[in-house]
Amino acid sequence: MQYQSQSVAKLYFLAAMGLFAGQILFGIILGLQYVMGDFLFPEIPFNVARMVHTNLLIVWLLFGFMGASYYLVPEESGRELYSPKLAVLMFWVFLVAGALTILGYLFVPYSGLAQMTGNGILPTMGREFLEQPTITKLGIVVVALAFLYNVGMTVLTGRKTVVTIVLMTGLVGLAVFFLFSFYNPDNLVKDKYFWWWVVHLWVEGVWELILASILAFVLIKTTGVDREVIEKWLYIIIAMTLITGIIGTGHHYYWIGTPSYWQWWGSIFSALEPIPFFMLTLFAFNTINKRKREHPNKAAVLWAMGTAVMAFLGAGVWGFLHTLSPVNYYTHGSQITAAHGHMAFYGAYVMVVLTIMSYAIPLMRGQQAKSNRMQVMEMWSFWLMTVSMVFITLFLTGAGILQVYLQRYSDAPQAFMVVQEKISLFYWMREAAGLVFLVGVVLFILSFFLPQEEKNMQAQPA
Amino acid sequence: MQEVFTKSMARNIYYGGSMFFVLLFLALTFDTQGALPKLDNSQNLTEQVAAGKRLWEENNCIGCHTLLGEGAYFAPELGNVYKRFGENKDAIKAFIRSRPVEGIPGRRSMPQFNFTEEQLDNIVEFLKYSSEINTNNWPPNIQG
Repeated sequence: MQYQSQSVAKLYFLAAMGLFAGQILFGIILGLQYVMGDFLFPEIPFNVARMVHTNLLIVWLLFGFMGASYYLVPEESGRELYSPKLAVLMFWVFLVAGALTILGYLFVPYSGLAQMTGNGILPTMGREFLEQPTITKLGIVVVALAFLYNVGMTVLTGRKTVVTIVLMTGLVGLAVFFLFSFYNPDNLVKDKYFWWWVVHLWVEGVWELILASILAFVLIKTTGVDREVIEKWLYIIIAMTLITGIIGTGHHYYWIGTPSYWQWWGSIFSALEPIPFFMLTLFAFNTINKRKREHPNKAAVLWAMGTAVMAFLGAGVWGFLHTLSPVNYYTHGSQITAAHGHMAFYGAYVMVVLTIMSYAIPLMRGQQAKSNRMQVMEMWSFWLMTVSMVFITLFLTGAGILQVYLQRYSDAPQAFMVVQEKISLFYWMREAAGLVFLVGVVLFILSFFLPQEEKNMQAQPA
Repeated sequence: MQEVFTKSMARNIYYGGSMFFVLLFLALTFDTQGALPKLDNSQNLTEQVAAGKRLWEENNCIGCHTLLGEGAYFAPELGNVYKRFGENKDAIKAFIRSRPVEGIPGRRSMPQFNFTEEQLDNIVEFLKYSSEINTNNWPPNIQG
């Protein structure tokens, strides 16, 4: 760590870890509710647990992105953070707002929460992933603006690198597209059309810029490969991301009341969406192969490689699987979608945040890397989480194929609930894989907090 | 990558390419908004439907169900539920009204929302409106 102010990232990473564990706990609850329908009913109905699961994911990833920015922007810009105090203040604002929202979900009936928070004045609640009360959404905007101001001032008054420019573009895009969450017309088709401007243009657009720049930063630092080469890759990857991903939004416009020409635009462009992910994999492997030094943090390098591979599999391959409109006609809104969602989020965004945490937290503690023992534990967490996520995805894909066949494709289509019971074996197996994933999460966290007994922790020169 | 492909070429592809596709996306969006009135059933978007949509949102129905295939995959698709129930508004209302407070042992169950008669009417009107949106024949059959 070169600048004192980079250490504000620690707070953000800590919160991210805690919320990650919470997210997975609720995932386990949801998985159980899939096979034991009355589990925790009516205290924590499925919709509440799901809201907690998905919202915690979004919030902890945002904490992770912010932590990553606070860590890497000063170092890239060659100066202290513009205002570490503002960063700390916004951390607490975001954490308290987030915690209150989650507690609200859990302890107040959702309609009561809507009433309490005045949803009638500016109705924005009750849409998937955007369930937060309007006042929480306004809080997110305030936090995002303060964050962008803080990071932006650091970038503008410091050395500008391609990494920080791409990161800033992604972060500004994230904030701008979030504003569409305030647009909720009565017309369901328009509502859905612009809802995707938040959801799709986030995860298949600007978030990929954030992902690529964080990964590029970690690769520059751990491999010592020439910045010029890495920056060229970065530009071409994000170029392909936006060239394919923006019109790729069309793959959500097949069946929601929008013109049928979207089936062509959506199919063609989203069929190209795996390209940037494939390039990301090539980039990571090439860079690591041509490394000019052996970085002592082996775990971080493993996470970086894993991100590239799993993002390609989850977002690229599993996305392609159901993106062509004739296929999507049958798979739309089935367990296939859930399978893709799980591996894509894990492979792209969860793993990149774990990568930067793995790389930066030891440095913020004055070590180059954790002790070998703790790195081994962390690598175990990598394999447990990654392999179990592969299985979760395969089981959900199996469930999805059967569901699509029984409910939508066979000559005698069966009712939704009838089909759900027939495929419950897959849900049980998914739940078992989910428990393994939880073990991985626990090991990941422990690897940072258990005493680092060995003496070979390389101290960083002051 | 070879030196024939320079960083500034990569940068230009990024800026030029993304700018072009942003503009194309805006143009397609503009065209779509113009085409929607023929597809989106907005002629039947009454006050009741709007109130029903608000109830749909404020009870987080999307947290279990899909609507036109979007949402959660825990409970049946509701974009076509009006047709699946034989266009029988009372049957849908009766179903919602009769959900047991404590659920059904061992099975998934919809919560009891204690809706008033007026609220039930609004929800049904919203579901009817949704079922009449032109979705390019999705879902493939009545089971959703």
